Amino acid sequence: MEILQIVGLGLIAAILIIIVKQQRPELVIQLSIAAGVIIFILILEKISGVFSVIEELTRRADINRLYLSTILKIIGTAYIGEFGAQICRDAGESAVAAKIELAAKILVIILAMPIIVALLESIIRLIP
Amino acid sequence: MELVFKIAGIGIITAVLHSILKQFGKEELAHLTTLAGVAVCLLMVIQLLANLFEMVRTIFQLH
Repeated sequence: MEILQIVGLGLIAAILIIIVKQQRPELVIQLSIAAGVIIFILILEKISGVFSVIEELTRRADINRLYLSTILKIIGTAYIGEFGAQICRDAGESAVAAKIELAAKILVIILAMPIIVALLESIIRLIP
Repeated sequence: MELVFKIAGIGIITAVLHSILKQFGKEELAHLTTLAGVAVCLLMVIQLLANLFEMVRTIFQLH
């Protein structure tokens, strides 16, 4: 019952944030970062199990390993960017959050570039 | 998990220290305690964040 652990952690963090917020608003952001990171670390082990299954399926289906690793990299970049942007937005800095999101999108496009090029090349090969 | 309690405890302790030092008329010391609390929490949170980034980098194969 991992979900009970996670929900309990979230509720305790929320209550502590409300207590601390009245006196020390500058510590609230760090509390929320800590709670978010701990929840993600709890869930990361499960994600790695799922990924190992997907990797096994890719190996069996004989799909090029490049595609899977690109997708994993894109998911990781998107997650980290989203994490930072949400924390900045929580702190009331939507402008910084928007810039983080823009940077994450650009990095995702750069990661996807080899696949786009491969797709275009195969389309060109199909055209006589 | 302990980290959340640690940060909340530091917040409460610095709040109490702030009000006590304010009563004694030492405004600048009160602000210094606040700064010290924030710095200590930041050190702990940054270590946790580095841990998270390292885990994400290994699992999502970001190099």
